[in-house]
Amino acid sequence: MNNYVNLAYLFSVVLFIVGLKKLSSPKTARYGNVLASSAMLIAIVASLLHTEVISFTAIIIGIIVGGTIGAIAAVRVQMTGMPELVALFNGSGGFASTLVALSEYGQTSSDEYTMMAAITIGLSVLIGTVTLTGSVVAYGKLAGKVPTHPITYPFQNLANGVIFVAILALFYPICVATSPTWALCLLLVLSLVLGVALVIPIGGADMPVVISLLNSYSGLAACATGFVLENQLLITAGSLVGAAGIILTAMMCKAMNRSLGNVVFGAFGVADSTGTTEKKEGARTVRDYGIDDAVMVLEAASSVIIVPGYGLAVARAQHVTQELAQILENKGTTVKYAIHPVAGRMPGHMNVLLAEADVPYEQLLEMDEINPEFETTDVALILGANDVVNPAARSDKTSPIYGMPILDVDKAGTVIISKRSLATGFAGVDNELFYDDKTMMIFGDARKSLTELVEALRTGA
Amino acid sequence: MEVLIPLLFVLLLSIFLGFEVIAKVPTMLHTPLMSGANAISGITVVGAILCTGTENTGLATVLGMFAVIFATVNVVGGFLVTDRMLKMFKRK
Repeated sequence: MNNYVNLAYLFSVVLFIVGLKKLSSPKTARYGNVLASSAMLIAIVASLLHTEVISFTAIIIGIIVGGTIGAIAAVRVQMTGMPELVALFNGSGGFASTLVALSEYGQTSSDEYTMMAAITIGLSVLIGTVTLTGSVVAYGKLAGKVPTHPITYPFQNLANGVIFVAILALFYPICVATSPTWALCLLLVLSLVLGVALVIPIGGADMPVVISLLNSYSGLAACATGFVLENQLLITAGSLVGAAGIILTAMMCKAMNRSLGNVVFGAFGVADSTGTTEKKEGARTVRDYGIDDAVMVLEAASSVIIVPGYGLAVARAQHVTQELAQILENKGTTVKYAIHPVAGRMPGHMNVLLAEADVPYEQLLEMDEINPEFETTDVALILGANDVVNPAARSDKTSPIYGMPILDVDKAGTVIISKRSLATGFAGVDNELFYDDKTMMIFGDARKSLTELVEALRTGA
Repeated sequence: MEVLIPLLFVLLLSIFLGFEVIAKVPTMLHTPLMSGANAISGITVVGAILCTGTENTGLATVLGMFAVIFATVNVVGGFLVTDRMLKMFKRK
């Protein structure tokens, strides 16, 4: 029987690979997800048929409880809250790997407890637990429950280094002692701390990269657990996710023009929390406009590029944005959307939101495609975006975001910015674009402002 | 060692495969792909089932049951959320 189980595992691995491949193309993505979930179903059913599995009560309770929680969370979540939820799911999966390793340790007699078992159990506990607490902190930062700015304290890297060395040292008793339960417990605690310590100094703007990296970790945790159980399915699927996660992380870092090391250890965006910006603010004036001014500019425009950002997500303004675009199009205005690779809280976040509002994805242009067009565009309409349009990234070498590719909105004829306040963006950096002469600031909730705009344009027409 | 070597083969080949499969992805799919890959990492549910199902009582089973819960949250939630996102991408 177990040979059939293993054959089913092999089949499921193939489906995972094909599914992942299909997931990376827009046309086949949904099908790919169906393939991957069928692969999972096959793997689960096959495992239940394994001859070693003889008691089912705990498993069935587990599947029902876990399945219900997962399904409710997935169905109820708002599109804006998606990144946070993915972070939580990720932590959940990572912690499951830790628990499997601990459960297996509890079932291993001392003569079965080989060096390989010891190392792989230790690694599963370490990686799985770091994934858990790291993801929970990332969730907190995205949901605004933990301060989003980088939290730094003296000797931070030294402290992390000490924790790391202590963890390495713990592997000695774990490998050598016959029953190192105390060492595993200590490892669990230190890993919990390490996960928090690693993510807390990273700014909110970098959370997408962190989640992608943690996603890779949860794959590696599953992979380590595969070594504990000597199970090829776990190793294959886990390392697939691990590798895919690393590639995705690298792509995101590239989009921000930063190295992974800089993201993880750079404590990005801490510089501007000092008093220097406030001093400058008094000298510069911001032109605050009303809806009517914006209507006039928009009515005169023959081309408009909409630049959505996280503010749009927070205000859930995607539908009214689409309405506005429709009205402008009916007037004969060309409307395009410029999507910065890291706009929002996750790469592709804006695409998901606008797709929800039925904006066809052909209208969404990526940064490289749209940037040359700003010069010939009348109006750039910026909805709750900040760092991704900050010209300081091009010109100001002292700015923490210097070197990040941005959308060249300042080249458009007029720049209309709808924003809640003058507050800095997620990266904590001031934006000189707000003080530019051709910039019209409209303060207030993006959805409210846009609704008024839509009404004004309708009655005017 | 005899057990370890074939497993290392599997590990290294899958890592290379993972790199290749994801080599070219448009930005718009980054979030769904991340969430889909995340659901796949819930494969640890298989480990959890194998661990929990053996004739065993006490702490190991309790740990195993919680492992099944956490892993299933990851799997079910992950795939559903990914599908919700992808459902919204449609052509004009």
